[in-house]
Amino acid sequence: MSDWKESTQAVADGIRRRVLEHVLKNNGGYMSQACSSSEMFAMLYAHVMKLGPSLAPMEPREFIGVPGPGVPFFTGGDYNGPKGPGYDRFIFSPAHYALVLYATLIEVGRLAETSLDHFNEDGSTVEMIGAEHSPGVETTTGSLAQALSQAGGIALARKVRGDTGNVWVMMSDGEFQEGQTWEAVEQIARFELDNLRVIVDANGQQCDGCLDEVEIADPLTNRIRAFGASAVESNGHDLDALNEAMTMQTGKPHFVVARTDPVRGLPLFGERAPLLHYLRFTSADERAQYEAAYEEMVS
Amino acid sequence: MEIVKRPHVQNFIDWSADKPEVVVLTADLTNSSEVGNWRDTYPDRFFPMKMAEQNMMGFAAGLAREGYEPWIHTFAVFIYRRPLDQLAMSIAYPNLRVRFVGFLPGITTPGGVTHQAIEDLSVMRATPNMTILETGDATEVESVLDVAHAVDGPVYIRMLRGEVPRLFPRDEPMRLDRVRVLSEGDDVTVFTAGITTEEAMRAAAPLAAAGIGMTHIHVSTHKPFNDPLILESIKRAKHGVVTLENHTIVGGLGSAVAELMAENAVGKPLVRLGLQDTYAHGASRQYLMREYGLDAPALVAGIEKLVGRPTGITEADLEVVRIEEVHSMSKAEAL
Repeated sequence: MSDWKESTQAVADGIRRRVLEHVLKNNGGYMSQACSSSEMFAMLYAHVMKLGPSLAPMEPREFIGVPGPGVPFFTGGDYNGPKGPGYDRFIFSPAHYALVLYATLIEVGRLAETSLDHFNEDGSTVEMIGAEHSPGVETTTGSLAQALSQAGGIALARKVRGDTGNVWVMMSDGEFQEGQTWEAVEQIARFELDNLRVIVDANGQQCDGCLDEVEIADPLTNRIRAFGASAVESNGHDLDALNEAMTMQTGKPHFVVARTDPVRGLPLFGERAPLLHYLRFTSADERAQYEAAYEEMVS
Repeated sequence: MEIVKRPHVQNFIDWSADKPEVVVLTADLTNSSEVGNWRDTYPDRFFPMKMAEQNMMGFAAGLAREGYEPWIHTFAVFIYRRPLDQLAMSIAYPNLRVRFVGFLPGITTPGGVTHQAIEDLSVMRATPNMTILETGDATEVESVLDVAHAVDGPVYIRMLRGEVPRLFPRDEPMRLDRVRVLSEGDDVTVFTAGITTEEAMRAAAPLAAAGIGMTHIHVSTHKPFNDPLILESIKRAKHGVVTLENHTIVGGLGSAVAELMAENAVGKPLVRLGLQDTYAHGASRQYLMREYGLDAPALVAGIEKLVGRPTGITEADLEVVRIEEVHSMSKAEAL
């Protein structure tokens, strides 16, 4: 295995392990999101995105208030480094993946290892659903499908200015049920925003269960292409495949639909299918099974 | 009474000349929002977002985060109804410098319920970080640009288009959170905004002749609503207060005045004139103002209720002093 793959896979494995560790400690958490997206987060932060060093403290900041006129405020975007013209930007769409993002920042050395101790803690910025002040988060996107439009505005401004850096958006497949997503795809294609790149965690999961019935009608990539952007499918756990798909130059806004397994690395979790959105243990016995799975993952 | 034809068109072009950060976004209503010439003057700063308002809010947010000042131009209803979640989460929460220029406030359009922004002030007043302005004449259409430009955060503007009267001198521009005192008297205090101001001005002389002292306050900033003159004017009214608004009486100017009175323990009657918790329908502005009680006769009736006696003012009296007869020359506003 080449060096970049080895180190990137180590980041991915670390994300998955950290999230399971957290879920065990807290008796619950967004586990399937980590199972499915660990490789794509690792690819973004450890290999593909061009980011400068973090400008934020390693220890997560305390919440200081919501934005308003004349009040101090920060976004968590400074964990992703400076906004210089040559740097990439990261816009995080499914804010309930926050735990995965925090774990990623820890794995790539942008956030202290102890930060997850503050997860969902009152007065902390390490919120359960990533807010604009949370580490790694630059915009308010927890209301799903709003990130792509905001990233479109940022990419448009950067294109007008002549910046060379890309704007990366991480999305979940359920967000393609929202009309706003399609408004955005059409507009970014019309504006020819080839500096906008989107990676989609196509894990086939949403809060109520499986969403694959929609996919049977027409694959997502076909629909995205019909709206004027470029789109390719990729195995979301294969680093070579992801690398090829994510770095492809098409002259258009580019989508990578990464097919993923929502129980990747944790097959035990598959017993709960199709309800995988949130993992909470229902008995001591079940918890013990997951502890055993964790021990196996660590070894 | 001077009637100014499309005051926003050239004024906005001239005003934008030395502000390269100002960009315009529209949603398939470019000429209807009086920025067709602006687009032709500054094509590089104009972004047609097509009929997709939710996405337009996100693009505006992204542009604002990158240092641009987006001026969204469209009908008011398409700003606060369809894309409210996007407006709130993508723009208002992060307090971004986006300006929403909302045309066709209240019943100023024959477009009916789909085009009439009758609860925009309620929704926007309940939106944190939002500054809310309303233009009442050509001078305010012109000067609202500077007021909005100076605000550190999102601004919603109820904008007038087409033929607009000039009620206020050119050298008395709109100022943030400052009301205008248009007449003074101690019997009643009347608050108006936008197109209802002209109605109250029309009633001023007949009321004075009938021996009723009216303090008439014109409001152009709905939020913030802190000008000390507002409370002072309420306190001086012997018989009570009337609000007359081109909006539902729930959540708009009448509610703002009621909140202020209650919080300051001003125990006086308040008559809220406007749409009485109802939608309207498609018809001419004058017809709708009569039907829903937003005009000068409705105001006189409201004042008579407060003072407890008839004024003897007839509709003919109000017609005689009609100050905007030139309006009869103008076409009903097209969509």
